[in-house]
Amino acid sequence: MIRIDSVTKRYPDGTVAVDRLSLEIPDRAITVLVGPSGCGKTTTLRMINRMVEPSEGSILLDGTDIRQQPVNTLRRSMGYVIQNAGLFQHRTILDNIATVPRLLGTPKKEARARAAELMERVGLDSALAKRYPYQLSGGQQQRVGVARALAADPPVLLMDEPFSAVDPVVRKGLQDELLRIQDELGKTIVFVTHDIDEAIKLGTMVAVLRTGGRLAQFAPPADLLSAPADAFVEDFLGADRGIRRLSFFPSADLELQTAPIVGVDADADKLAARADAPYLLVTDLDGRPLGWGEPDRLTAGSVEREHLLDFGRPFVPGDDSLRTALDGAVLSPTGWAVAVDGDGRAVGVVSQQVIGEAIRAAHRRVARNTEVNAAR
Amino acid sequence: MNVLDFARAFFSDGAHWHGYDGIPTRFTEHLTFSVEALLIAAAIGLPVGLLTGHYGRGGNVLALIATAGRALPSFGLLVLMFIWSGFGTLPVMIPLVVLAVPPILVTTYEAIRSVDPSPVDAARGMGMPETRVLFQVEVPVALPLVLSGLRTAAIQIVSTATIAAYVSLGGLGRYIIDGLYQKNYDKVVGGATLVAGLALATLVVFWALSRLTVSPGVRRSG
Ligand SMILES: Nc1ncnc2c1ncn2[C@@H]1O[C@H](COP(=O)(O)OP(=O)(O)OP(=O)(O)O)[C@@H](O)[C@H]1O
Ligand SMILES: [Mg+2]
Repeated sequence: MIRIDSVTKRYPDGTVAVDRLSLEIPDRAITVLVGPSGCGKTTTLRMINRMVEPSEGSILLDGTDIRQQPVNTLRRSMGYVIQNAGLFQHRTILDNIATVPRLLGTPKKEARARAAELMERVGLDSALAKRYPYQLSGGQQQRVGVARALAADPPVLLMDEPFSAVDPVVRKGLQDELLRIQDELGKTIVFVTHDIDEAIKLGTMVAVLRTGGRLAQFAPPADLLSAPADAFVEDFLGADRGIRRLSFFPSADLELQTAPIVGVDADADKLAARADAPYLLVTDLDGRPLGWGEPDRLTAGSVEREHLLDFGRPFVPGDDSLRTALDGAVLSPTGWAVAVDGDGRAVGVVSQQVIGEAIRAAHRRVARNTEVNAAR
Repeated sequence: MNVLDFARAFFSDGAHWHGYDGIPTRFTEHLTFSVEALLIAAAIGLPVGLLTGHYGRGGNVLALIATAGRALPSFGLLVLMFIWSGFGTLPVMIPLVVLAVPPILVTTYEAIRSVDPSPVDAARGMGMPETRVLFQVEVPVALPLVLSGLRTAAIQIVSTATIAAYVSLGGLGRYIIDGLYQKNYDKVVGGATLVAGLALATLVVFWALSRLTVSPGVRRSG
């Protein structure tokens, strides 16, 4: 565990970048440092690998002060990823990744084999191995940066806004990739971002810093959303905190209805039996949703698809959160969300009312747990 | 007679191809001064440029040295050195080196300073010792500029080394000075052609050197 113990950083010009900060960074989890620009995130991160020395206080790694070991030994045990990847433009991708193993004295061949392994791990095509950084896209370069940091298999990974220079689509890909890698490797990751959504998505724990380098709140993301410590945190979380919080509620318990689902080939009897429903979800012969139709306007035997209303974005019960389910219901012109299985086949539909009840139930559950925890 | 005729007359004269005043001798003398002067200038300019560039200190002092170096007239210095120390290699070497150090020093400093700071930060952050940061991260990227500083210095040395003839040292300058004195324009044009040829050859050597030493990753992106 990394323990930041009452650390203050005052730069020579008098700027106090970090002010008596204490944090316990849990092992094998992603801890995110988030806050407005200039609040001391980078300074905090760089004090962990001694790129910046604290003015006061100490940082402990597994109980020992990080100043106890030679600085380069410490740094080689911590992967370091920075904003624009900081790749060495004169080295090939493979040799960039092999840098730290080579520093540690691993023979060239072995280091390169290890680097090739890592390229695969971070989702880089092995055809890129012999290329130079300028031949890669920003997103690919960032993957190389992550691979390079992981090359010597360090227990700790320090990441300073690693994904902020790429477009939103690529960023989402990189975030998902990081979560997947973390599932496999279980590193202790300290991740700096100024993007609260990124913090909530990636963080096991999130530390919100305020300007002047003071800790505003340190909590799991769900707690942050449900109980911001003060107005600053609430403000920083943004306006739709309630909606975002739904990401932490599972959709598995939603009560789905199957009655309003009919196949394109449904006969007149079948349609008649469901005539009281305002809308029916029509599926193709494989059971994949095609769209919503009003029962009295559907033709038995073969439905004309052009009469169907868009069914919005379906959700996968269990995998997706209540947020996705609610989003699906809100997007749907009928006010009903469509639930599908992993193969995209409709397994049920659910109304906004039912989702609303599920949200209230989830809130009650959280409140009860909080009381139980407080009583203990 | 035009310049080409002078040159043809000079190079076709068999007497110019052997003996102590023959082209091979003069050429070798010229080349030897030049290479020696360049090596000495590089031995001074490169380490100072690399270190000041790496640590980012001393930029103002360097700018001063550069200006002073450019302002110093090499010919005046040569005469001064000659009066001071008499005939010999020293009065020739000193002006050549003084001329060559500023471009090497200043360009090397600038080259290292202009290296993108983020790979350097990444290198330190992953635990690379300072010497490796300099030689394995900064220098490879700065190399094209460093070489261009050396090239400028080399060209200046090659052309200025002609003045060595004034203090009775050899080199291709002999043809020019003797030719002028003897009003033998074949010689003047021939000597000037040889100096120009050597300068061109220097360019080719540096071009080849950069092809060999600069990484394709740097060449293409820079
Ligand atoms: N080397 C330095 N010398 C003086 N002041 C500095 C130095 N580095 C950072 N600061 C100041 O310390 C404060 C915190 O800087 P830091 O880089 O840690 O912020 P940050 O949270 O990472 O910001 P950003 O989101 O913009 O990257 C800022 O006010 C900054 O101007
Ligand atoms: Mg920062």
